[in-house]
Amino acid sequence: MDEDAGSMERIFNNGAGAIVTKSIGLKPRDGYPNPTIIELEHGILNAVGLPNPGIENFKDEILTLKKSNIPIIGSIFGSDSKEFVTLAKKMQNYGVNALELNMSCPHAKGYGLEIGCDPDLVKEITSQVKKSTKIPIFVKISPNLSNIIDIAKSAKEGNADGIVAINTVKAMKINLELKIPVLSNKIGGYSGNAIKPIGIRCVYEIKENIDIQIIGVGGITTGNDVIEYFMAGASAVQIGSGIYYRGVDVFKKIKNEIISWMKSHNIDNISELIGVAHK
Amino acid sequence: MNNPKVIEILETITETTDVKTIKFDFEGDIIPGQFFMIWIPNIDEIPMSVSYIDKKVKGITFKIVGNATKELFNLKVGDKIGIRGPYGNGFSIIGNNILCVAGGTGIAMIAPSVESAKKRNINTTVLLGVKNKNELFFENRIKKTGANLFVSTDDGSYGYKGFVTSLAKDIILNNKFDQILTCGPELMMKKLLEISNNISFQASLERYMKCGFGLCGQCCIGKGLRVCKEGPVFDETTLKKTEDFGVYKRDASGTKIKF
Repeated sequence: MDEDAGSMERIFNNGAGAIVTKSIGLKPRDGYPNPTIIELEHGILNAVGLPNPGIENFKDEILTLKKSNIPIIGSIFGSDSKEFVTLAKKMQNYGVNALELNMSCPHAKGYGLEIGCDPDLVKEITSQVKKSTKIPIFVKISPNLSNIIDIAKSAKEGNADGIVAINTVKAMKINLELKIPVLSNKIGGYSGNAIKPIGIRCVYEIKENIDIQIIGVGGITTGNDVIEYFMAGASAVQIGSGIYYRGVDVFKKIKNEIISWMKSHNIDNISELIGVAHK
Repeated sequence: MNNPKVIEILETITETTDVKTIKFDFEGDIIPGQFFMIWIPNIDEIPMSVSYIDKKVKGITFKIVGNATKELFNLKVGDKIGIRGPYGNGFSIIGNNILCVAGGTGIAMIAPSVESAKKRNINTTVLLGVKNKNELFFENRIKKTGANLFVSTDDGSYGYKGFVTSLAKDIILNNKFDQILTCGPELMMKKLLEISNNISFQASLERYMKCGFGLCGQCCIGKGLRVCKEGPVFDETTLKKTEDFGVYKRDASGTKIKF
C-alpha cells in the first residue's frame, strides 16, 4: 500500500514512522500482466514488474502527503546514474525527506538487481546521486548475491547514508495441474515470514564488515522480529507483507510489542539493542 | 491460501452475443457482491464478481471488454482456469423494501443479490439498464424470483427509453425504499447516489487489481480504502467523502484516468 497519497496516509496513521514510496521511474510503467502476486505456504511471491505512474505524475501524491507532514522516503529506480540523478533531484524538489535507491528488484529487466549486482555501478550511481542532492540516501540491496558485502561496501564508498537490506528473494511457484509457473513473469521475489532468517543474516554480515546505518527488512510481522533485526545491527526497519498478515494496523501492534518486550527486559532505550548480537 | 486453484469449466451459457456465463464446482458460502480472481492461463488474471452462488456450483458472467475476457469467452467445457477467492465484503441488505439498480454487466452481480433478497421475503424492485435490447440478459432469471422488474434501454428498443437513472428517479419518488443496491458504470452509480434521497445506499466499485487480498494497494480509493478488501461494496457515507468516486480510476501504472 504505497501507491497513492491516501494509502500512504492511512499507513502513517496506523503507526508507521515514515513511508517508503513505491519505486518510481522516469515514465509510467504498467508492470507485468497478472498473476503478479500470490500467497504461498510461508510467504508472498510477487513479480509486479516495477509498475508506477512515472516521476511527473507522482508529484501530486508527494505534495498531498507533504500537507500532512508525513516523513517520506522516495524510492526510485533507473537504468543508469543519469536516470537515478534525474529522479533523485525531482523527488528532492517534491519535498521527500530521504531517498531510497532501488538496486535490488529481482524481476525487472535492465533495472534493480541487474544494476545492483555490479559493485562499480552501485558506487557510481550512489556517488552521483549523493553529489547532486542534499538529503540522506539509502541503497536497497538484494539477498540474491554472493558478494553482498562488496555491494554494501560500494554503496558506502559512494557515500550512501545507509543500506536497506534486504529486497525479496528470487523464487518460483509452479502449478501442478497446468504444469506452468503461476506468475506471468515466471520468476518472482519472495517476501514474508520465510525470508526473515535471510534478512537477519544479511544485516548481521553487513554490520560485521561495514560501519554504516542499516535499515532491516524482510519477514517482519512482530515486535520480536524487529528486536532480532536490531540485535543483528539494524537501526530502523521496513514492513510490507506484514500488512497482509496482521492488518493495516500492524505498525501499532508491533510498536506495542516492542515496548512490552523492552519493559520486561529492562531496556530503556531501544538503541541499546543495535548490534548486540555481535559482541 | 491466496494461490489459484485450478478447476475445469462445468458449463458455459451464451447470454448475448458478447456476454457469457461460466460455471464450475466450488464449495462454500458466498455473499452476493463478492468476487473471484479468475486466472486465464498464459493470458491474465482478472477480478470478476460472482453471478451464481449455489452451494456447490458457482458462476461468473462477463462481457468481452479486452484480451482476457475474449480468451475466457472462447473457453469450452472441460477447459481449465484458476480461481482464488471469494474476496471483498459483498452487499449487506438492510430493511424490507429494497431497490436494485444494475447497468450493463452490473446485472451479473445484481442477479444473485435479488435472488438472495427474495429468499428472505424482502420486497425487491429491480431496474436493469442496457444500451439496447440485444444487451439484456438475466431478465427471465430475475422475473422468476418474483421481484418487480423494470428495464430501460438507451435507444428505446425495449422497455423504458432513456437512462436507468431517469427511470430510477420516478420510482424512488413514488416508493418508500429502505435501501438502494447498485452495480454498473461508476457515473451511473454516482448519479444514482445524487438522486437517492438519503436512502441507505450501497454501490459496488470496480478497479484494476493485482493481489485481491489487500496487500499491494493497486485498487485503493480515497484515504487508502482497498476496493478488494474494504470493498468492493461501499455505503453512501464512504462514497460521499471519497473524492475518486465517479471522478477517476487508476490504470495498471497507477496513473489517474478520468471517467
